[in-house]
Formats: sequence, structure tokens, C-alpha cells
Amino acid sequence: METRDIISQPTIRETNTDFEVRSLDTICINESRIQHSWWHSLKYLLAGLFFGILLIKAEVISWFRIQEMFRLQSFHMYGVIGTAVVTGIISVWLIKKFKVKTIYGEPIELHPKQFNKGQVYGGLLFGAGWAMTGACPGPLYALIGTGATVIIIVLLSAVAGTWVYGRLREKLPH
Amino acid sequence: MQFWEWIKQPWPWYVAGPLIGLVVPLLLIMGNKTFGVSSSLRHICAACIPANIPFFKYNWRKETWNLFFVTGIILGAIIATNWLNNGAPIAVDPKLVNDLKQYNIHNYSSIVPVDLFNWPSLLTVRGFLLMVVGGFLVGFGTRYAGGCTSGHAIMGLSNLQWPSLVATCCFMIGGFITANLILPVILHL
Repeated sequence: METRDIISQPTIRETNTDFEVRSLDTICINESRIQHSWWHSLKYLLAGLFFGILLIKAEVISWFRIQEMFRLQSFHMYGVIGTAVVTGIISVWLIKKFKVKTIYGEPIELHPKQFNKGQVYGGLLFGAGWAMTGACPGPLYALIGTGATVIIIVLLSAVAGTWVYGRLREKLPH
Repeated sequence: MQFWEWIKQPWPWYVAGPLIGLVVPLLLIMGNKTFGVSSSLRHICAACIPANIPFFKYNWRKETWNLFFVTGIILGAIIATNWLNNGAPIAVDPKLVNDLKQYNIHNYSSIVPVDLFNWPSLLTVRGFLLMVVGGFLVGFGTRYAGGCTSGHAIMGLSNLQWPSLVATCCFMIGGFITANLILPVILHL
């Protein structure tokens, strides 16, 4: 019951002025409506730093580990993603159950995702790119940090891919 | 120091996985941010090359937290590579080592296979396909799917969203097909 309340607050849609951002992706979006000075964002830099260290130390960003995963030669990747998801599920459940607020006192909002065919077509294409480059977007940034400067080209190519998607979006099946 | 030695080793999945999962509540509690990295690519497009495309016409300044987050990833990787690393070669499954031998991949000194991903190989067909075409597919596919491994597989599944489960399964199917059927052809080039 409590979780319903959080998800279906009608105010969420009304106050959202960035409809285009929301229309197909409900994820990776800033849910906060509080305006802060730029230096408040430095805490996300620290969160990213923590995540970046984890990506390297878990070796989940290694092309070798990705090949092991897709060839079913190692449990490592499945273990990392599986335990990360379980931890995430428990965390989100606790947040909903105890109505945890942000450090600014805002209620935490989580949005349901809408299904569209893009999750299938796009998912398959991304899977192919993941197997080829051995990296998803987070790891691309981390790999640049390891000193593999040529990955900058891979990242720029990913930006180009995102741009081309934006350009063709109306013509693609969703 | 025993502890320091341990930190410098690769971390086992049962340590790293739960810590990665904790990024989800960390970002939510820090300020209602849903975990996801691929949207940073969209914000870069919106900030640098919007070209009047509706998909990139939104207030990206409101999402700068995501760009701080990815900058943090780069810095974290620099720290981990330079100061939390014991310099040992990456230990992969012997079967994979054997498989990769036939493609002239012998160097396991770095987390990135140096034999494949380097500047000169960008100009070869193999390197171009792996880096430029592969990167393009990552950017195009994640945006088309509405998220990547972090946004769908970790954040979406944490919130028990079935569309994210569909997306995650498609990531895996696409990866299995490519790694086992298409990649051997590319690596032979």
C-alpha cells in the first residue's frame, strides 16, 4: 500500500515541464525539484568516484570479463550484476517501506517504466555493442580513466549513436 | 600491510556486486537521482549538438548532476588504476585464453585488451568495427532501449520494472549472439 502512494502521486506529472525527456525514458532523470548551486553537484562527483573505483576493482569493465560472460566461461559477471540487483531491490524496498527522504527532506520518487518496442530492438543492438566493445556507457568513462585514451573514440562514437537515434527517433518503431 | 594488499587485488563479485547495488540508494538519498549512465550521452548531445532535434531540446542544465557523476567515474578509475592496483595481469578463464590465441590476442597486462584497442588499430577494419561501430551501437542501442546496464539492469530491476527485465534480457540475447557468432568473424579480420 505504502509503495503505491509513492509511485502514483499525481503531482509528479503536473509539475514536470520536461515532457520530452520523460516521454520515452523515465530513467536517468533528475527527480528533484529543488534548485541548488553548482557545488551541490560535487557530491555526485564523489558518488561517481566510488562507482568508478568499483567498476575497475570488480573488473566488470574488462573486455575479457565480458567475453567470459557471453561465452559462459565465468560466473564473475553474473555474480556482480546479480548481487548488485538484489542489493538494489532490498534498498528500494526499504526506501519505500520507511518512506526515506533525501538529505534535503524531499520524498523519494520512483517512476514506473513504460514498455515500448525500443527496449527490444534497442536492447538487442546495445547487447551487440556491449559484446564488441566490452563496455557499456559507465565503463566507457572508466576505461578512459585507466589511461586507454583510444576509448575516447569509442565514447565519441557512442555520443554519435545517441545523436543519430535522436535524429531518427520519429521514424523508428517504438 | 595485509589490508592494503587485499584492496589492491581484484575484488570478488560478492564484495563488488553489493557495493555497486548501493549506488542506487546512495543517489536516491543524495537528491532523488535515479541511477543511470547512458543518459549522460544524451545530455552531451543536448549541450553540444542539439541541432534543433526535439529529442535534445530540453533543459539539460537541470541534469548536470549526471555529468558530475560520469566525471567522477573517470576520476575513480584513475585512482583505482594508479593507486589501488597490484599490477598483476588480468586472470581470465584458460578456455578464453585458448580461444583468443587464434586471433593473436596475447596481452593480458591491462584491463583493456591492448592487442585490440589501440590507436593504430583504429585504421584497421577489425579495430574500426570493434571501436567505432561497437561504440555507435552502444550509444544508439542504449538510447533506443531507454537505458543501459545501470539504468535498466540495475536501477530498473531494483524497482521491479518489467520493461527493464525485457530490456536486460535483450541486452543479453544481443550479447550472446554477437560474442559467439559475429565477434569470431570480426576478430579473424
